[in-house]
Amino acid sequence: MEKYNLFQKVWRHHSVGLLDNGQTQLFVGRHLIHEVTSPQAFGMLREMNLPVRYPERTFATVDHIVPTDEVKEPYSDPLADAMIKELRENCAKTGVTFFDIDSGKQGIVHVVGPEQGLTQPGMTIACGDSHTSTHGAFGAIAFGVGTSQVRDLLATQTLALSPLKVRRIEVNGHLQPGVYAKDVILHIIRKLGVNGGTGYAYEYAGDVFDQFSMEERMTACNMSIEGGARVGYVNPDEKTFAYLNGKPYSPKHENWEKAVTVWSSFASDKGCDYEDIVLFNAADISPTVTWGINPSQAISVEEKIPDPRELTGAEASSAIEALDYMKLSAGSDIKGTAIDVAFIGSCTNGRISDLEEVASKLNGHKVKTGVKAIVVPGSQVVSKIAEEKGLDEIFKNAGFEWRNAGCSMCLAMNPDKLIGDQLCASSSNRNFKGRQGSPTGRTMLMSPLMVAAAAIRGEVADSREVFSN
Amino acid sequence: MPLEKISQVRGQAVNVPGDDIDTDRIIPARFMKCVTFDGLGEYLFHDVRYDSKGQPRDHSLNDPRFANASIMLSGTNFGCGSSREHAPQSLYRAGFRAIIAGNFAEIFFGNSINLGMPCVSISEDQRKQLAGIIEESPELDITINLLDSKIHASDHQFAFKLKDGARESLINGKWDPIDELLGKGEAIEEVAKLLIYK
Repeated sequence: MEKYNLFQKVWRHHSVGLLDNGQTQLFVGRHLIHEVTSPQAFGMLREMNLPVRYPERTFATVDHIVPTDEVKEPYSDPLADAMIKELRENCAKTGVTFFDIDSGKQGIVHVVGPEQGLTQPGMTIACGDSHTSTHGAFGAIAFGVGTSQVRDLLATQTLALSPLKVRRIEVNGHLQPGVYAKDVILHIIRKLGVNGGTGYAYEYAGDVFDQFSMEERMTACNMSIEGGARVGYVNPDEKTFAYLNGKPYSPKHENWEKAVTVWSSFASDKGCDYEDIVLFNAADISPTVTWGINPSQAISVEEKIPDPRELTGAEASSAIEALDYMKLSAGSDIKGTAIDVAFIGSCTNGRISDLEEVASKLNGHKVKTGVKAIVVPGSQVVSKIAEEKGLDEIFKNAGFEWRNAGCSMCLAMNPDKLIGDQLCASSSNRNFKGRQGSPTGRTMLMSPLMVAAAAIRGEVADSREVFSN
Repeated sequence: MPLEKISQVRGQAVNVPGDDIDTDRIIPARFMKCVTFDGLGEYLFHDVRYDSKGQPRDHSLNDPRFANASIMLSGTNFGCGSSREHAPQSLYRAGFRAIIAGNFAEIFFGNSINLGMPCVSISEDQRKQLAGIIEESPELDITINLLDSKIHASDHQFAFKLKDGARESLINGKWDPIDELLGKGEAIEEVAKLLIYK
């Protein structure tokens, strides 16, 4: 019998046919939209006088521009206010379900999809946002698209695409205490490079991914695109099904058993082909911190900042540019680098387990005077669960600000921005120049617990030492 | 409406050196607070072109010699990061009609082809040589010829790479797939019916 990997099975199951240029017309069963990349697409539809073909397959939320400390509309930023109103109106007119601010379900699109049960194994999922790869944690083929493709999806529920090669990435053995999914994905990107995954889907596997919770799998899949891979996924298993059981949009009653059978059938066959297989040893991974201006410029918290003179070619010139921008010195310890801001949140690390893990360690600790520390739950659902468990009080007592759900300081399209060249310890996904809202602002990516450790010490610190009790 | 058949792009070129130029660099997120793409050209590479007071910095895009450039030359992994179409839109609206780089991030590449803006890849040696030619003769029109897959710059030629599907889409005037996608309504419905999820 022919053996196939999950990518090939899902791709074939959703193929409408070949297009004249040789690309595949791929049916995308689930389409997620938000306020930044959809208004132009709705505008294009209106210009072409086209309806939304399958409105029941598109779900909307508002995340990028929402203020996290302001509830009442109109928002003080008229541009943000216009964007949310535009989305609300587009959804109302076309019959698209919108998880609006007053729905109790609003949040970052990649947190909302899974927690509502909209993300399921064997699906094709697209969204005008590169971190759509997050949904691959459920064994879906999920990827970011541009706005013209959002138009194609609204009009036809299909896209013109070429298939990807599949690289299996196995992380075997056991992670050391204090090492998280964020460290694993930063380590993978460090080793394979920011464009190592171009043209690939990453299939994550091995002991570590088997043992990961669904939320940990999401953290890793989320950052696939930072390694150049448009798609990252984990084969569905019992954990996947247990997570989905009982979620609002999950199959119910007699449909559940059938769904689990079909979902299981999408998992990669044992002995199927991959373009290549890359192996990592879990024991080699430490709490990891970025020192540069792309996510591959990362080191263990125990290492020294690299010296460009010891690097070659493009890596060396990139390191010189990075150190200059980050105002860091080659050869110094990364530990002890003073920070100004600490941000816990984003589609990478703004889920309930992230907040629980940090809150469980905060007892007796206080944010260092002078550090601005904010916690932004990934969704209203996360926020509600956290508040029911009293996590908000724990964070506030430790000196963190407790905010409303949204993308917030990950890309600073709302009022949460760095000022000047402030340095932010951030649980988000991108450390690009200017990413956090100030053209000279500096970002160091790390796990949520490492962000908390930095907030408490006022400098980059090893969370294993800070929270040793 | 039939699309233009793009078999070549001809124009002045500007070199924007650097690897891993990400979409936040091309168009910082704060300029995406808009409901149309109009006017995005103005903010192209904003934060590297202007200082905190809005004064122009030393940047090739501020150099009057390259003010009319319609072809951009850059390094590897161009357009990495976000899926925002705002990035290629800002390039297009600033007058760019083709990009030459070492290679491209995948989503950026697809978004650009969808706008009819070819993204072609050449080697590091070729980029160095081409950058030298551009610096020496800023007024020179270069041609990206999709038929012979070569960049022609005065008497120099540089063979480039461009994915077959993209090349054909551009040459045949099918770079925006919407009409072909719309034409398959019945086949789409057949696939939709086979799925266990709605």
